[in-house]
Amino acid sequence: MTLQNLIKKFELEVLTDLNDKEVSGGYSGDLLSDVIANTNKNYVWITMQTHLNIVAVASLKELSAIIIVMNRKIEDEVLEKAKSENITILRTDKTAFQMSGMIYGLGVT
Amino acid sequence: MEEEILYNQSFQIRGRDFVNGGSVSVQIKRILKELGVKPEVVYKVSICCYEAEMNVIMYADLGTLDFTITFDDVIITLEDEGPGIENIELAMQEGYSTATPEIREMGFGAGLGLPNILKNSDDFKINSEVSKGTKLFFKIHLN
Ligand SMILES: Nc1ncnc2c1ncn2[C@@H]1O[C@H](COP(=O)(O)OP(=O)(O)O)[C@@H](O)[C@H]1O
Ligand SMILES: [Mg+2]
Repeated sequence: MTLQNLIKKFELEVLTDLNDKEVSGGYSGDLLSDVIANTNKNYVWITMQTHLNIVAVASLKELSAIIIVMNRKIEDEVLEKAKSENITILRTDKTAFQMSGMIYGLGVT
Repeated sequence: MEEEILYNQSFQIRGRDFVNGGSVSVQIKRILKELGVKPEVVYKVSICCYEAEMNVIMYADLGTLDFTITFDDVIITLEDEGPGIENIELAMQEGYSTATPEIREMGFGAGLGLPNILKNSDDFKINSEVSKGTKLFFKIHLN
């Protein structure tokens, strides 16, 4: 499974440059300590959080992408930072529950 | 017994500097990867450093993180000037946090930082003096 597959299949909006990567797993959460402790390289991270610190989390854990749910607004400043650190940010109108289920249904765990 | 130092670098962390939150941990991770340290070790160091770094940003004024690699370990000491911790036993409990509502809204303040450093390190020490600051020490074996 690649990011490109997910983007096509679920019509995800690409808010930064797309660095197509393998997706090796996924995690859903809004508490940063939880996400830091439970994600691994090439995971997609499904979240409501949209502030600047999500970029450092994705960078530190080498996540494939951050997927922002419920079409939440995200500041340009955050997108600029993500671009400069080569982090892909995607967005969906789905809820975290729905998005997780959809991706999990493809066999990503 | 003195262990031979293979790498050493110090980093400053400023209190309330959320904009750069995590940047020291990202630098440390990059160094470890460049040196070919095992992914499991990088994983643990990343978790511990991030939590320690964010605690300085959230609660203290200024911190100095000292990062050392020896033949056997990654060793981190982080000394900060700040309010210190009154009750360390309480601070070590999962779920205990004094984070403000604004900080919690950002997804910090789950009260898992110190417990996760303890869980992911092989040696952990914390000392604190109220109104002075906090000193954190942790070590992760390379093998
Ligand atoms: N460097 C520090 N200086 C002062 N207080 C600290 C520091 N680190 C931790 N604390 C205190 O210990 C509590 C627990 O820390 P932690 O386990 O990291 O959880 P959290 O950061 O989510 O609150 C904090 O809420 C804070 O009261
Ligand atoms: Mg913390």
